[in-house]
Amino acid sequence: MVKDNTLGSLLIDIVVAVVLVILALSTILPLWYTLCVSLSDKSAAAAGLVKLWPVGFNLTSYKSIVGDVNFFHAFWVSIQRVTLGTAAELAATLLMAYPLSKSANQFPPRNVIMWLLIFAWLFSGGLIPWYQTMKSIHLINNIWGLVLGNSLPIFNVILVMNFFRNLPKEIEEAALIDGAGPWQIFLEIYLPLSKPVIATVALFSMVYHWNEFFNGLVLSTRQAYYPLQTYIQQQIVVINTASMTQDQIQQLNEISNQTLNAAKIFIAMIPILLIYPFLQKYFIKGITLGSVKE
Amino acid sequence: MRLKSFYKHYYVMLLPGLLWVFVFKIIPMFGVVMAFQRFNPGKGILGSAWIGLENFKYMLQLNDSKTIFFNTAFIAVLKILGNLIVPVLVALMLNELRLNSLKRGIQTVIYLPHFLSWVILAGIMLDVFAYHGPVNSVRSALGNGPILFFAKAELFVPLVVGSDIWKEFGFNAVVYLAALTAINPELYEAAAIDGASRFQRIIHITLPGIRTVIILMTVLSLRNVLEANFDQIFNLYNPLVYSSGDIIDTWVYRMGLLQMQYGLATAVGLLKSVIGFVMIALSYFLARKYANYNIF
Repeated sequence: MVKDNTLGSLLIDIVVAVVLVILALSTILPLWYTLCVSLSDKSAAAAGLVKLWPVGFNLTSYKSIVGDVNFFHAFWVSIQRVTLGTAAELAATLLMAYPLSKSANQFPPRNVIMWLLIFAWLFSGGLIPWYQTMKSIHLINNIWGLVLGNSLPIFNVILVMNFFRNLPKEIEEAALIDGAGPWQIFLEIYLPLSKPVIATVALFSMVYHWNEFFNGLVLSTRQAYYPLQTYIQQQIVVINTASMTQDQIQQLNEISNQTLNAAKIFIAMIPILLIYPFLQKYFIKGITLGSVKE
Repeated sequence: MRLKSFYKHYYVMLLPGLLWVFVFKIIPMFGVVMAFQRFNPGKGILGSAWIGLENFKYMLQLNDSKTIFFNTAFIAVLKILGNLIVPVLVALMLNELRLNSLKRGIQTVIYLPHFLSWVILAGIMLDVFAYHGPVNSVRSALGNGPILFFAKAELFVPLVVGSDIWKEFGFNAVVYLAALTAINPELYEAAAIDGASRFQRIIHITLPGIRTVIILMTVLSLRNVLEANFDQIFNLYNPLVYSSGDIIDTWVYRMGLLQMQYGLATAVGLLKSVIGFVMIALSYFLARKYANYNIF
């Protein structure tokens, strides 16, 4: 960068730094506030005394979550959903992307299949027909409804396909001359070369399945089938928004447990915080990966 | 190289994905015929009575439908504008920030909200904007009375648009930051020697350097004109703000799944899908033509 120490330039430096620091704090402080509330005394939180440090520090809310069977059950549903959903999506995506990465010359049906997928990706039958379909194949109150219901993420297929296409053609040609079959080329050559894109789409799936609440809501008729986000949505958000008048709000403050809710919210954030370094590394790359093409 | 003996293996590889898409995407598409029926779940699609365009006619008579189509487009367009402008400004500012450690620190935190669900963020927002919450205590400190933020229809749109921009600005800035690193540093040096001020360099070198990406993102954002974000609004709204905050998706959910008005809800959903599809197709067509963007 050019050295520039005029007064105007210094002014730009200061304004830029101040604005960016405020923006960065705005992303962190609400999360920090939630943590502080979860660690505060219940009545102090209800009275709005908690600012940016816990008031009357205690672990009561976390202790009561440890004894909450429903919370752990929902957590377990989410863990199953993330594991099965990521595995299924990854397997189907990689398998599908390989033949589609061939040119129409090498594999003539490729273009037709591609157009079908793009149509399926961009057009939707809407909520009600989808719900009726799920109902008619008995995926209500069923973990497989949550795992499979959103269908295969076609964007991921396109992402991996484009990555495969950008691998040097010579590698495959050499393998063909040595007599390798399609499975061998796919499993032993393409997959080991594709770790970054595999990590990217795996993280896409994990974040999606962890964060998704709506399918959990409409595909479950009983709380026992809720994943964690749906459980939290029903426990916290619904009650909060239903409270309207000032009197009701005050009543609600007395019965609802703000510190406990904050603790639940914070625990639901932890898995995302744990994989955040990987998300930064691969997700960010994923944005630019998609548009790369020969 | 054309290897016919490979084809059957290719089909086997495609099979799981195609089946998956077929069952959960293609089959529901046939369900849109419910929009032309008085759908009765007991009789199913084959047994229900056909009523032509009656559901659509009824939809046009409802006051609700004008409200939800207007609210959806209004919220979505405001979000599109904000999500285009703010990330560009943030990327430009990050590019001007000369303290590298601060720059890295800021970049580490601003993506975080993007990865959190609207359930979590709505829970946090309802706390932060609560009657006894921190925003109201700041208001009180400034001499204003507390407000029930989520009980006022006129505040709902700014809250929803603002929080959406807040959630996504860091993540949306990434594409611009990537484009900024591709600008040749010698351009800046040459401009400085010619006596260009820092502000002039931003206007004449930095901005033109990311112009294609800005055009591309603008064109691609066309696809979102009816995407007001169900997850966000569903978790933040309540009957008091329906007049400004009820959108197509939330209405379809309530009509279709809570009040069992299957035909009507499907018709509204279908109209949205068709308009959405046209907008997506248009945006990709324009992106391909004017920004050399070709994802397929």
